[in-house]
Amino acid sequence: MREIMVRAMYCEMLGYDASFTYIHAIKLAQQGGVLEKRVGYLAVSLFLNEGHELLLLLVNTVLKDLQSTNLIEACMALTVVAQVFPKDMIPAVLPLVEDKLSHPKEIIRRKAVLALYKFYLIAPNQVQHIHSKFRKALCDQDPGVMTSSLHIYLQLITESPDGYKDLTGSFVTILKQVLGGKLPVDFNYRNVPAPWLQLQLLRILSLLGREDQSTSELMYEVLDESLRRAEMNHNITYAILYECVKAVYTIHPKAELLEKATRCIGNFVLSPKINLKYLGLKALTYVVQHDAKLALQHQMTIIECLDHTDFTIKRETLELLFRITNAQNVTVIVEKMLDFLHVSCYVPMKTLTFAPDNSWFIQTMNDVFSTGGDLLQQDVPNNFLRLLAEGSESKEEDDQLRLYAVDSYLTVLKGDASHLPQRFLQLMSWVLGEYAHLQESVDQREVIRLLTQLLDQRSVSSETRVWILSALTKISEGQTDLILDLAEGLSSSQDTVLRQQAQELRQLSQDSQLYEWVLFHLVALVCVFSSQVDSSLSFLDGFVSEALAAGAAPYKPPHQRQQELCEDRALNLEPYSFSLPVSLSSCSITDRQSPTLLSISSGLSGNSTELSQKAGSSTLILEGVKRVWGKDGYLQQKETTAPPVDEPSAAVQPSGQQEAAERLEPQLEPSTQNQDKQQLASSLFVGLGAGSSITTDSFLYGSLLEEEPATSISAFGHTPKSSTANGPAQNKDTKEDRRANTSHILGGDMVIVRPNTIQDKHPPPGSSDLTALLPADLKDLPHSDVSSLTSDPSLSMSSCRLFRDEALLLVIFISNCTETVIKDVAVQLTCEELEVCYSFFSVTHRPLVVTTEEYGKLWLSLSHDVKQNLKLLTDARDPLRTTLNALKDALQLHVVDIIGSEGIVACRLLSGAPCLLHCRVNGAALAMWLRSPHPVLPYCILYHCQRALAQTPR
Amino acid sequence: MIKAILIFNNHGKPRLSKFYEHYTEDTEQQIIRETFHLVSKRDENICNFLEGGLLIGGSDNKLIYRHYATLYFVFCVDSSESELGILDLIQVLVETLDKCFENVCELDLIFHVDKVHNILAEMVMGGMVLETNMSEIITQVEAQGKMEKSEAGITGAPARAVSAVKNMNLPEMPKNINIGDISIKVPNLPSFK
Repeated sequence: MREIMVRAMYCEMLGYDASFTYIHAIKLAQQGGVLEKRVGYLAVSLFLNEGHELLLLLVNTVLKDLQSTNLIEACMALTVVAQVFPKDMIPAVLPLVEDKLSHPKEIIRRKAVLALYKFYLIAPNQVQHIHSKFRKALCDQDPGVMTSSLHIYLQLITESPDGYKDLTGSFVTILKQVLGGKLPVDFNYRNVPAPWLQLQLLRILSLLGREDQSTSELMYEVLDESLRRAEMNHNITYAILYECVKAVYTIHPKAELLEKATRCIGNFVLSPKINLKYLGLKALTYVVQHDAKLALQHQMTIIECLDHTDFTIKRETLELLFRITNAQNVTVIVEKMLDFLHVSCYVPMKTLTFAPDNSWFIQTMNDVFSTGGDLLQQDVPNNFLRLLAEGSESKEEDDQLRLYAVDSYLTVLKGDASHLPQRFLQLMSWVLGEYAHLQESVDQREVIRLLTQLLDQRSVSSETRVWILSALTKISEGQTDLILDLAEGLSSSQDTVLRQQAQELRQLSQDSQLYEWVLFHLVALVCVFSSQVDSSLSFLDGFVSEALAAGAAPYKPPHQRQQELCEDRALNLEPYSFSLPVSLSSCSITDRQSPTLLSISSGLSGNSTELSQKAGSSTLILEGVKRVWGKDGYLQQKETTAPPVDEPSAAVQPSGQQEAAERLEPQLEPSTQNQDKQQLASSLFVGLGAGSSITTDSFLYGSLLEEEPATSISAFGHTPKSSTANGPAQNKDTKEDRRANTSHILGGDMVIVRPNTIQDKHPPPGSSDLTALLPADLKDLPHSDVSSLTSDPSLSMSSCRLFRDEALLLVIFISNCTETVIKDVAVQLTCEELEVCYSFFSVTHRPLVVTTEEYGKLWLSLSHDVKQNLKLLTDARDPLRTTLNALKDALQLHVVDIIGSEGIVACRLLSGAPCLLHCRVNGAALAMWLRSPHPVLPYCILYHCQRALAQTPR
Repeated sequence: MIKAILIFNNHGKPRLSKFYEHYTEDTEQQIIRETFHLVSKRDENICNFLEGGLLIGGSDNKLIYRHYATLYFVFCVDSSESELGILDLIQVLVETLDKCFENVCELDLIFHVDKVHNILAEMVMGGMVLETNMSEIITQVEAQGKMEKSEAGITGAPARAVSAVKNMNLPEMPKNINIGDISIKVPNLPSFK
């Protein structure tokens, strides 16, 4: 029998039906000796599922075995209980399983704990009374039992972290003991003490510490400890590290730990092992939600991963990109996602929140619909239609968007439409039906012709036909001849719905009065639906009270009714006597309701699909994906519509510098083929630093992009107005005003302008004394020369850079050269060229003020060094000092000390990475030795030193 | 939690399947086929994690697999499990099997389905990891094995026949499962400081 049962299991696994053996499996479990029992139980747990009827036969056996003194029998019973027992059988075994919690054998206790956990998952309220016993299990002397109890706590804490804060201390202690190697040696796996236990504990701790400073403080130490301990290079330690990093980022932040965690992520991402890379990307995805700048450090890796052959990695990378999407990089990211869409149907639609403009948005949606098509979730097209229908605040912009949509759909339809997915066709026909009239240049007949053509195609499903017909109904006004033909053709159609619609269409098109009446009421109805659906149905009050007076039972909400019905069944009452009046009254209410509200629609079910579409779109509770887009998109647009004048030719090119920068590039990044990737990187990561002008770390391109504002300053909308009462400087004799716009650059084209520090002084135009106009709080900062950027007859612009400790300020002076008053100056800054940003490098570092001793210590701790001989300015009396001073002036360095023929100089990046320079006079040359923690920084500084010395006038 | 544990060979023939959530017979077979389809397409040197597997639970679901000689070990888990942790759990499972069967091979899994299931039951219970301590698992399994021997007596003959077949060394037999990974040192990465 036993052998046969094993064979049956095998057959079942291969997919053959072995249901005839089920009953024998139960018998075997019931009657056999220990050996047979084991196979029987095993077979039962494989064959039967929670809902199987034969399971009832097993209850008695399980009860008997749970009470058995034989360890193995008890174990088997517990395993089966945890695997297959359904909700309604739990009460039968619960007391016995509970007793097992105090069983002398730990294996039994462990299994009992897990069985109880399973019960908790199935029916939480049935095990409520034993929570205290879970606590006992947590304090069990056997680590195995404690480990299994962690499963329960993980679940409990996920549900309500607040109730278990008091246990934080215990968890921390447990983790400490585990880390300290207090567990028996056989819990080690690859020399790591109980790794799975650690994983579990870390997860629990991160849940407990989330948004709770005091709890988080308890665990800083142990997290630090486990980050430190997990140094061995094995998979399982990486698993622990990953969990640690996640915990560190989840709990209340602590700078020191964050820094360590960041380093760990770096190691993950850069790891050659693909599994670790995957985890690194996952960690990054998690972390960028807290700190978007972290992605900047790894942008090159991310770009590489984007082209990775591994599907999983690719997908994870896109997930990451999706998290860092913003208004500037959305175009590139969505492009990447569309590429991906061709391979699989996965696009997080939220990315489109940042769409830059209408035509792009519509075009992208077209791509999405035509490639993703019917595989997309239903709510994507719904949301899209909703956006079109409801629009945003401004009517004009809505119409523009709709116009784009209509235009592009007409183009699509004129091409070959047969291969397009049904859903896309439906969407197009709806949009054309609603908004085709907005496009005046296109003849309505043309639209009708296109739609009719579509109707005739064989590949179009009947559901889509209905959509098309209702669209036709809406635009058919005045085109009676075409419509009549169409209706004639369709009235012999096989599909009854189509036939009905065609009939209605014909009626409507013949009777223009009816048509208008219907349209009018439709609009009214839609208004009712979208604005005030009277959910309380107050107009029915009178009727209800009448019915109540006549003896009807009061209305009960459905869930209550359901409950009562259940109770009825459970109590074995006669269900009908009770529930009949309830259903009657609710029936009559709905009957009554339809004539008052929906009578109009019953007359014209031809439009019912579209009706329900509208009703649906207004009542569906949809995550406001597109709505957000609407707002943001338009907001964006307002910004960009302001400047009509573009002066690309006059855009600033710090000319010589740019070339130089380009020459520098190969030196830094030997393979020039990387440039494409860098460009991609720059377009992907632009704008990430938004919100803060302080950079955190050191990846060169990243930090530059972030700190550096913009060049290519282009364009201002200026509307000269003759001086009126509200002109700002109207009573000044020269009628000239200045605005010193101190813009804190937030990356990309986001500019916060602090305008209107209107100065009364008016130095002659072109004077270099513009700096006098700086606001008081900026006046004392070191600044570069004011350079004129561009000018035209009415406006001239110049800029200067101010060096603040933590940021670089770009001040733009805009002066009016005309006699009129200028109002409303809008400045748009765009950060376009990486190379241009590059040339600004020289101003991104600051002097580092240290003493000679500190310098000495720091020097030893730095890793990357570069040596080179530079030209010495020999003409002066003290060549070394002169040279260093020249460098100091040009590059914002700090000369720490000069001892004999040697000098030491220090500077740091804005982010804090120091660079130390050691200079020694060596004949006619200056031997320069640079050290920095950052690999590229010394090269950069060296380069700039060279340039500065070459430019110094003799 | 773990939703299913599947073992199948290079041709997609299932060797062991254990589901911790309920699916119908047909779905289970489809899941096995789908999983095989997903996993077998992948190269050796790309990562051991896969998202998807529509039947078993969609995007929340992850497949974590290892490939040993002729067999794929696949764990279907939800997002609450640690990927690397599960990857090492597979390693533990295989090592345990290796210890229990002394050089485990595909045939062992075929002829001792029940024993493999018992080992698995000691490690994972109801979708939860019960025990990861290899010596503990082996102790439990051996305790049960002893019981088996004392009761088996004459009925143990078939098992002996099987082991005889196993030792006949037929040429077309699959080679032993390679558990080379145990001794291979992981190449050094820059250590975390």
